[in-house]
Amino acid sequence: MDAQKVVLAGRLALTGVLWRMSGKTTGVYCRAVKKHWCETVFQSPQRLFCNVSAPGQNRCFFHTSTPGQKRWFFHISTPGQNRCLYHTSTPGHHRWLSNNSTPGQNRCLTHTSTLGQNRCTSTPGHCRWYSHASTPGHRRWYCHTATPGPHVCIVGSGPAGFYTAQHILKNHKTARVDIYEKLPVPFGLVRFGVAPDHPEVKNVINTFTNTAANDRCSFLGNVTVGKDVTVAELRQAYDAVIMSYGADADKEFGIPGENLPGVYSARAFVGWYNGLPQDKHLAPMLDTDTAVVLGQGNVALDVARILLTPLSILKKTDITDHAAAALETSQVKTVYIVGRRGPLQTAFTIKELREMTKLPDCRPVLDPADFTGLEDKVKSLQRPRKRLTELLIKTSQTGGATAQETQRLDQATREWGLKFLRSPLEILPTQDGTRISAIRLGVNRLEGSDSSARAIPTGETEVLSCGLVLRSIGYKSVPIDDSVPFDSQKGVIPNTAGRVTGCKGLYCSGWVRRGPTGVILTTMTDGFETGKAVVDDLTTGVLQPLGGVRGQEWIQPLLHKRGIQAVTFEDWNKIDNEEMMRGEKVGKPREKIVEVKEMLQVALSGR
Amino acid sequence: MAATIGTKLPIFRRFSQMLFASFGSVGSKRCWHGFLSPFTCSSCQQNRLFRTSNGPLRHGDFEYQDPKSEDEIVNITYVTKDGERIPIRGKIGDNVMYLAHRYDIPIEGACEASLACCTCHVYVHDDYSDRIQEPTEEEEDMLDMAPFLRESSRLSCQIVLSKELDGIEVTLPQATRNFYVDGHVPEPH
Repeated sequence: MDAQKVVLAGRLALTGVLWRMSGKTTGVYCRAVKKHWCETVFQSPQRLFCNVSAPGQNRCFFHTSTPGQKRWFFHISTPGQNRCLYHTSTPGHHRWLSNNSTPGQNRCLTHTSTLGQNRCTSTPGHCRWYSHASTPGHRRWYCHTATPGPHVCIVGSGPAGFYTAQHILKNHKTARVDIYEKLPVPFGLVRFGVAPDHPEVKNVINTFTNTAANDRCSFLGNVTVGKDVTVAELRQAYDAVIMSYGADADKEFGIPGENLPGVYSARAFVGWYNGLPQDKHLAPMLDTDTAVVLGQGNVALDVARILLTPLSILKKTDITDHAAAALETSQVKTVYIVGRRGPLQTAFTIKELREMTKLPDCRPVLDPADFTGLEDKVKSLQRPRKRLTELLIKTSQTGGATAQETQRLDQATREWGLKFLRSPLEILPTQDGTRISAIRLGVNRLEGSDSSARAIPTGETEVLSCGLVLRSIGYKSVPIDDSVPFDSQKGVIPNTAGRVTGCKGLYCSGWVRRGPTGVILTTMTDGFETGKAVVDDLTTGVLQPLGGVRGQEWIQPLLHKRGIQAVTFEDWNKIDNEEMMRGEKVGKPREKIVEVKEMLQVALSGR
Repeated sequence: MAATIGTKLPIFRRFSQMLFASFGSVGSKRCWHGFLSPFTCSSCQQNRLFRTSNGPLRHGDFEYQDPKSEDEIVNITYVTKDGERIPIRGKIGDNVMYLAHRYDIPIEGACEASLACCTCHVYVHDDYSDRIQEPTEEEEDMLDMAPFLRESSRLSCQIVLSKELDGIEVTLPQATRNFYVDGHVPEPH
């Protein structure tokens, strides 16, 4: 970066810092006038000066004419890193260095000019201090300037975590919320679950980023709760601890051949194309013409759609580079989506089904026989099921509504179909056992009707040849720690309105609370409900505030001792920018970094 | 106003989305991120260094502008928990969801008016439902996911105020109202 840019950067940085310090959230009130390449004067109600002593080094100071005569100095050593020095002319001569590397976190650091002499004399209760010795002999003291308030900890930074945080921050005026995340990057399934061709669903990240920008909210990525820090430790440090770590395991069938090469969980497949570090090496075998997806939910339609969408479309999304390369050579032409029950019991929603019917170069193959008799029944169905079934029936009738549409379907080179009333019994290997060749399905009939209908095996079986099987029958939560109760039958943490049964101060939210179903609205409702429980308990005195040093001030030294470097939201912004920059070069909204090591490298660069 | 036309007609909406996206500004709210990270706003993907003060409006920014004249005003009443009525003086072209954000009315908007969620679901008063453009297939598909669906259900992000709608009344569904049964008045975010 050349000197001129540095000046410009410094100018903006100063504007930013002042903005924050003023506590104002609206309106630009500080105007910068560029006088010379190395000198920028800031004009504002409070007089501001920016002065460059040496090229590349901006020193700014800020002087208020108000009584008390506070003087602020800003010193930018590295672009992107703002260091502020604060000087009071009041007796005691406090010097503050504020390092706002984390948005939403006002960290002030004061250091002693002489070793052993500590000049920070804050009012107890207003400032909590902790020291950090990065270099031997140099002690740095950090102070959180936020007003004292209860400390809340959220485990997991997916939608449930962020919506819970949002509710707490909105409804409690002093609570501080720290969000812990296993990976260096936030947003959970919004980043790693939502299909790359659904960018509009990811808009919710903007709301979450606003939440993270709150002064009382911190993000601590790269910290695995249960390993790097225990739930018991968190409960010692925080007034309330909320579990919102989701469901990151799969349900399984437990049938023969389920572990053969060529059988994958849809969760891993989604993680693979979405850049989840743990799934980057999946390398699914796509050198087959037929794929079978077991399960009829939205994840099943997502994976089918990704397998069938023309690469020219996928290449413009944030799909990972390795997945795009593999899909380029994919030979999959037909995808069967198999469910154990009938057309009235499918779990997918209409938006996803409609997308399937509109896939370019792809033809739906539905057996009209599966839908016979349904036309009469449709009228009595509830609206969502009614519209979904109508679309299914319409799609099953061969040909399109217009001649153009019919032609499009006829010329399609790929196809997908729904198979109903089939349960997998066995996945069959090829003779040499190196991969799969087929799947044996048991034919079912329905007992009962509507959503509660049960599938009963008829004893009949059929064999469907395929070279790829994706198991998509749902996600499953796992216990995080022995100290947190877990209902392994239901796969959730037992709770009442988000309060974990028998554990005061412990809460849960999202999939780990309710089970892995529902759309973003469901998780939002859930997050707000848990947030309300926490706020209620904090305000009614059910939770008595813990004393002493708490929150991340208590946890950070612990992590430091264990060699864990927590990633802040500002660090994430660096990853975010890097990813978008890489994406720009190849015509994608972003190119995700898939290695944790590389994420950390980018995150911690320039610190 | 591009946004006005845009929200009414899907094709234009797509177009305006593309247009806005090309400027890298998809944020629903005003972007204040620049003061946290002076270089780039991660949320609206806006490079602060090259942002001009008279750049394109981001989604939701239009609703923060006051009506320029009495002629522009469109009155709207939001009915929140326990039937509490909040009268708002909106203006022609205001999006009902973003207008609610401006006045702290608890309507979310996870997907930012891109028809990918149903978090801004409302009921439109019968007297006005006929005066609003029929919902598109995409909106209907999203409404299918909304709890407590009724005949009068709409996504508020798809309603744009016009003079014809003066006096319109929209009611928040139970699921949204439940979040604030404690009587709390939420702050803007």
